[in-house]
Parts: sequence; C-alpha cells; structure tokens
Amino acid sequence: MAFRPETAKPLNDLAEVLLHAPNSLTPGERELIATYVSSQNDCYFCQTVHGAIAAAHLEDNEDLVRCVKSDFIHAEIPEKLKALLTIAGKVQQGGKQVTTGDVEAARRAGATDVEIHDTVLIAAAFCMYNRYVDGLDTWQPHDEELYRQRGKKTAKEGYVTMSKEYLPHQEHTTKGA
Amino acid sequence: MPHIPLPAQLPGISSAFAFRPETAKPLRELAHVLLHEPNSLTAGERELIATYVSSLNECYFCHTSHGAAAACHLGSAETVKLVRTDFEQAPVSEKLKRLLAIAGQVQSGGKNVTRRAVDAAREQGATDTEIHDTVLIAAAFCMYNRYVDGLATTQPQDESMYAQMGAHLAREGYRTPSIPVPPEVEPAASMP
Repeated sequence: MAFRPETAKPLNDLAEVLLHAPNSLTPGERELIATYVSSQNDCYFCQTVHGAIAAAHLEDNEDLVRCVKSDFIHAEIPEKLKALLTIAGKVQQGGKQVTTGDVEAARRAGATDVEIHDTVLIAAAFCMYNRYVDGLDTWQPHDEELYRQRGKKTAKEGYVTMSKEYLPHQEHTTKGA
Repeated sequence: MPHIPLPAQLPGISSAFAFRPETAKPLRELAHVLLHEPNSLTAGERELIATYVSSLNECYFCHTSHGAAAACHLGSAETVKLVRTDFEQAPVSEKLKRLLAIAGQVQSGGKNVTRRAVDAAREQGATDTEIHDTVLIAAAFCMYNRYVDGLATTQPQDESMYAQMGAHLAREGYRTPSIPVPPEVEPAASMP
C-alpha cells in the first residue's frame, strides 16, 4: 500500500465502505465474512488482521472467530450470517458458483438485497486483497499480539484513518508511475 | 436473472454500480488508476492484462468489454483474441508476455507467483511498479469478475454494445458510466 499511494487510496476507500461504514450488517459480521474468505484463500496476513478486527468488534471473542474459520455452521452466529458465509464461500471459488438456492436461503433467513450484494462484494474484494498481499510476497510478521493491537485500533478508527500512518498527505500525493 | 433486483436496463457491472453508488465510487476509481491513468505500461497493455485474467475467470462481460477497450487502444481485435487464447504467439512485447504469465499465476492464487516468473519479467525490462501493477490488475479482476458473475448480472451477447463500451472506456476511462444510466434508475435505499 505504501509503495503505491495512488492505488492505496481506492483500496482503503473500498474497505472503509464495505467493512466500516454504517450498514445493517454489523462491522463484526462483515469482518467475519472477510476473515472467512481470507482463510479459504490461505492468506495469513489478511485472515489474522481481519480476524483480530472481528474479535475487537465481538467483545474479544477470538474463539468465535476461530470457529467461523474452521466450521461456521456450528459457530454461535445468526442463521442469516451462516447463509451469507455460504454465499461468500461460493464467491471465493468463483462467481458462477453462487446458486439461486443459496440466495433464497439467505433471504429466508432475513437477508436483504443490499446485504446479499455486500456479501458478494466483500468476498470478491478479499479475493483481490488476498492475491495482492500474497502475489507480491509481502512481509507477514507472525506475532499475534501485534495483530491484536492493530485490530483494536482499526475496529475503532476504520481503514481510511489507519492508512494515514503510511500514506503521504493527500495534497502531496504525486502522480502515477 | 440477477440474484438481486438490479436495474434491468443496464448490463454487467454497470447494473451493480447503479444499485450501490457508495461502493461504485472506489471500484471505478481503482479501475481508472490501474487502467487509464498515465503509466509506463500503455493503456492497451494494461487492458490486455485485464482481458486475459477475465478470460481465465470465464467472465463474459468483463473479457468482452475490456477486450473491446484493448482493441480500441491497439487498433487490433486479432491481437486481443490471440492474447486470450495463446499469448506466447501474440504480437506483443516479450516484457508483456512475462507480465501476462505473472497475471495468470495471480489468477490461480497469490501464492502461485514464482520468483522465477518475476525474475523473467525483470530480465525483459519490467520495473517494480510494472510488476506491482500487473499483480494488482490481475487481483482486481479476480474481484470484478466475481462481482459480475456472483450477482448473476445480465450480460447481453451484443457485439455492438461492447464495441461502444470499449470505445468509451478507451477514451474516457472509468470515472463515468460507459453506458448512460437512464433517469428512472434509482439506487438501492441508502444505508442507515
């Protein structure tokens, strides 16, 4: 992100709208979707940092986050979120894998059109973020406490505010490559 | 039939953008920076990377519209077709072939990008920013393709529509709709 501020901006804006802005799905629920998809894509950095943000939103319940990653059907989460996680898992495999039956099941559990839309886009976006992080072979520290602290801060402040730590001030941003 | 009630007058990602303008904004901006803004890779080369990845993901709407934009930039639909089917034989630079190889690895998974593929691109003159942008274009199209197909958007088989879209994208970029949004189209209710 710091390497290319021009692309970091829309990437952070997208994460902010999808995961942090007001929504009928709680930030905890949306972070669980992001964590689950990142886990399916085997991206250590993304599943750990978004898992930490999810836990920060969910009263530090790290067990719940672990359970969603390994076996969400048996996790203590609403039926609606389980149906949305099923859709997210299909998107991770490929957009065409999402069936009318999956969408109807989510609707029966109370999901709205916007919630279904956002689930598809969160899952699709993490198929991007995960590939970006792993495709560049970025440095991914293995220090749980570091992610926990960062998770708490991001849960509170959101993605755009956090990005100011490593991005040059807006007005000074220089043009492309 | 789309999985959610998207405006029927609009195809593919345009219908999803009209449904949810809040997410459309950063999605458009990202495509604009990656594919349209000044870059040491030409717009045509970057559109070819987008087209190739969309083709591997079998997303008809994306590979046809970005293929049309690439053809507009390059003045050759034949090159676009060759890049999709067998880029090693296409009349494009060795550097672009090596970048397409990296893009294909990203499509199958970020961890599949090999040191050797990156070294091969560098040997052909690719810069760090060009390698970065190739990885991000490929990753971004793994998102756009899933978004378009995951919502089961309407994807008309109408070549003239894609040619028109491609011309608009090549000329104007991604900040404004490539297909005019009819006045009767209303976005989904704003979030609370």
